[in-house]
Amino acid sequence: MKNIRLLIVDDDPRMRESCSMLLESLQIRLPWLEDDYQFRITEAGTAEEAQTVIDNDGADMMLLDQLLPGLQGTDLLEYVSSQEMDIQTIMITGNASLDTAVNATRNGAAEILLKPFTPDELRTSITKTAKYQILQRIVAKLDEERKKTRFEFIRVLSHELKSPLAAVTGYLNIMKNKTIGNDLNTYIPSIDRSILRLDGMKRLISDMLDLTRIESGIKARTIEEYSLTEIVSEMVEGVRQQAEERKIKIYTEIPDFKITVDRVDIEIILTNLLTNAVKYNNEGGEIRLTAHSIGKALKIQCKDTGIGMTEEETDRLFKEFTRIRNEKTKNILGNGLGLSILKKVITLYNGEVNVESKFGEGTEFTVILPGIIT
Amino acid sequence: MEELNKKIMLVDDDPDFIEPIKMLLESHNYTVKTANSEEGAIKLLETYKPDLAVLDLMMDNFDSGFILSHKLKKLYPDTLVIIATGVAKETGFRFSSDSKYGENWTNADLIMDKGIRPDQILKEIKKLFKE
Repeated sequence: MKNIRLLIVDDDPRMRESCSMLLESLQIRLPWLEDDYQFRITEAGTAEEAQTVIDNDGADMMLLDQLLPGLQGTDLLEYVSSQEMDIQTIMITGNASLDTAVNATRNGAAEILLKPFTPDELRTSITKTAKYQILQRIVAKLDEERKKTRFEFIRVLSHELKSPLAAVTGYLNIMKNKTIGNDLNTYIPSIDRSILRLDGMKRLISDMLDLTRIESGIKARTIEEYSLTEIVSEMVEGVRQQAEERKIKIYTEIPDFKITVDRVDIEIILTNLLTNAVKYNNEGGEIRLTAHSIGKALKIQCKDTGIGMTEEETDRLFKEFTRIRNEKTKNILGNGLGLSILKKVITLYNGEVNVESKFGEGTEFTVILPGIIT
Repeated sequence: MEELNKKIMLVDDDPDFIEPIKMLLESHNYTVKTANSEEGAIKLLETYKPDLAVLDLMMDNFDSGFILSHKLKKLYPDTLVIIATGVAKETGFRFSSDSKYGENWTNADLIMDKGIRPDQILKEIKKLFKE
């Protein structure tokens, strides 16, 4: 339960009391929000008193009588708007003069309630205004979060792009100054590392484009029927060389399912699973890629005998730019986007991905894509 | 003659950041050993007493460089420490060993920006060694 701070301003104590009683038990419910809202009510007999309350404790909403001794309701409203306070106000007025209404609206009153009003009219008016206030605050909060996320993304991205540039520049300077002599052959390891880092950078840029395309929904997708075994053998071929260099064996057990998917999507899923299984495997290790059907859903499992992860590492795995850094991974290149792309693609199919891992023993990814087997 | 070479330790989680520096320093007859993490550096220090260490600031922890600097100075008070950081540019923070305060706080003999070229690092090292 969350609170909305409501300030009732009326010079008639009986009026304040009856409004308080009515609203105390009122709950505001938005179907898609977990918490309900209720009112925490403060009362004030004059505009001056109300001003003190607002200045000291603030308020989210105000039920404000126009006719008050001393300062008037509209005066207080003017003060609130001049201080740029975010207080949704319902103005109570006895004389339905156009002037008062216009003046009140001009100073930001959300609603005007005419005296005399029924309990239902009060509740309706308060509920409507409260919902508006809640929504407005949620939107503001989301906007703030969006800005922060975007800044964080760009900050990390620029770091990830700057590191390979610094590395390559370093190697080039070594070559330019002929630091280790005139024989080009002695520079081959530096050249190899430079090419590797530039490849990584290229990969990062294309991954990032994939990610933003998927997120924006702009990525053009063509859903067609394919043979799973064919796609899998092509993808396995793609990592074959990388695997053989480190004597890693890949075993597949793929029934000949026909699947209806976007080909690029399924390729992204399989390459990510396979390249990770190769990259984070031990020399001479194994990879087992299997597929099963659960009704029309496809279950793909990719199990490796690699370095594995701790529970804490597994929890952080799918976040953008997250890379598990330890002594075992320090020489493995990666940009930390692969698995967040994988997860986003799987979400497009209302699917799920789970990971089980034991540090030092290996990792198994399980992907379930519902309704794609024809 | 080998024994007379000055010993240097380079620590950075990006092996390609230190490799060119290592090559340059070795070509100037320094003995160089490297580590890629705070943990790796601490292990290396058990068997290796460097005359000077260049430490990356952000590795396993965001303040790995400071932690290492502190531990190193405790272990080998004579070892000179340079902390290399890209932090200033990314966060707007400024660290400096110039002021008395900065020196005490970071424990480093020099703090420099990571954008610096290997030959500039060499120059700074020579300066610290008073060569």
